[in-house]
Amino acid sequence: MYHTKTLAELSAMLEAGEVTSVELTQSFLDRIKQFDGELNSFVTVTEELALAQAKAADKARASGKAGPLTGIPIAHKDIFCTEGVKTSCGSKMLDNFISPYSATVVEKMRDAGVVMLGKTNMDEFAMGSSNETSFYGPVKNPWNTQAVPGGSSGGSAASVAARLAPASTGTDTGGSIRQPASLCGITGLKPTYGRISRYGMIAFASSLDQAGPMAQSAEDCALLLNAMAGFDSRDSTSMERDVDDYSASLNNSIEGLKIGLPKEYFSEGLDAGVAKQVDDAIAQYRAMGAEIIDISLPNTHLAVPVYYVVAPAECSSNLSRFDGVRFGYRCEDPKDLEDLYKRSRGEGFGAEVKRRIMVGAYALSAGYYDAYYLKSQKLRRLISEDFSKAFEQVDVIMGPTAPSTAFNIGEKTDDPVSMYLSDIYTIAVNLAGLPGMSVPAGFSNNMPVGLQIIGNYFEESRLLNVAHQYQQKTDWHKQIPEAFV
Amino acid sequence: MSLGPDDVKKIAHLARLGINESDIEGYADSLSSILGLVEDMNTVNTDDVLPMAHPQDVSQRLRVDEVTESNQREKFQAIAPLTEDGLYLVPQVIE
Repeated sequence: MYHTKTLAELSAMLEAGEVTSVELTQSFLDRIKQFDGELNSFVTVTEELALAQAKAADKARASGKAGPLTGIPIAHKDIFCTEGVKTSCGSKMLDNFISPYSATVVEKMRDAGVVMLGKTNMDEFAMGSSNETSFYGPVKNPWNTQAVPGGSSGGSAASVAARLAPASTGTDTGGSIRQPASLCGITGLKPTYGRISRYGMIAFASSLDQAGPMAQSAEDCALLLNAMAGFDSRDSTSMERDVDDYSASLNNSIEGLKIGLPKEYFSEGLDAGVAKQVDDAIAQYRAMGAEIIDISLPNTHLAVPVYYVVAPAECSSNLSRFDGVRFGYRCEDPKDLEDLYKRSRGEGFGAEVKRRIMVGAYALSAGYYDAYYLKSQKLRRLISEDFSKAFEQVDVIMGPTAPSTAFNIGEKTDDPVSMYLSDIYTIAVNLAGLPGMSVPAGFSNNMPVGLQIIGNYFEESRLLNVAHQYQQKTDWHKQIPEAFV
Repeated sequence: MSLGPDDVKKIAHLARLGINESDIEGYADSLSSILGLVEDMNTVNTDDVLPMAHPQDVSQRLRVDEVTESNQREKFQAIAPLTEDGLYLVPQVIE
């Protein structure tokens, strides 16, 4: 019954000696064995390593050297390099890749005494919104196994929603933490760009990628962010800035909080059932003393077009490192060097990755740079300025995380553009580099709905405070899908 | 913006991506629809807007130019597809 507890509760139980890390870890490994055949949320389960880490955590605790996360088992998205453990990034290209080093996030978690249960399934190279582009097959949504869990951190979201892990790490380039958190009914935070080191996090779009925690509650996300955040000299875009104690302000009053509602996030294309739940959440905030202010983010409609230049352009550059020479997949019997490159990449990458590499290569090719990449960078500024203006007026911005609840597996695979539009409310936040969260806000037709909360730069503490206060008044985040109780 | 099969072949070559002949038509369609979506960018005049390369407009951090990494050749080559005497092997380039 440990799986019904939040990470914060498990931390208290470990501290009180009511459970050992080995017992806890074994119970989650057992749940993974029992349920993951159906969900497919893990690519690799690191059972032996997990139990060894759990033993070490129990020993550390016995000798008085334990922090709040010592002995807590979690899962890492398979985009984070883990030394000695397969790191696939959801791709055939890296199916044989045993990472020779660990990501900073993985190291920081390990140093905090966190136990790694395994590596979670994801869209290939984080390119997708449904987890259907994974080389390892789609992940199922625990609330309805016909439906997608969202993506690209779909395995992380599904594993937490089904309580196969108390929490997991994710990454968010255009919504890849928030959208699956919304579709699976969990709490996810994408911090400010540069807040968490990108070192060892396999790069997709370097000016957008950001890691973050995915957990049951804002309180749990705060505990995880405390361990994940911080400057890292190995990431040239890491911000040299002090890290808050993200747990310290959770209980602050939100009386008088100014919440901005962008009219563009409540217009055409938003599912009525989702709108209803978001409206109810806003009403809850009003009842808690918040002031609701109508705002406009007039360039919202440009976010998806801009993203589909910036992200593919950066991906085509980042993914040029996969060449069949130094690591990863290599084709059989290449006849010359060009054949080696082309077939290794052609056979190693899936269709969506190839599509995005080609869009990027086209946008960056001779004669098109100004029309695409430069234009997108200029519009990116306009999108960012919309937010700066809004934050002169309000403390946080709220709206839906996704325009609908989870769609069915296969429903959007033939139409990439319709898939891209499922990130319509999350993408602008990445382009501006702002922090954003998704918080469970109820159900529409029995599927979870997420409330998105967007904050100003480095205001993760405020976001977590605002989310935590809502979670003191509601129990949406405590719901567990029936089949996994 | 509409791309045809020849455009797809050219782009795939630029990106060194092997594409099956039978998939080219499909890529031409999907790339065209993505570029169609992207075309919305042209509805806004940006003549006086500065491009934004970094979300917080900070400049790249620099460090002292000195060696900080140790040689890990054996460790890194252990995961390479094909090596010999500490070298990565590729098909012969020079006759």
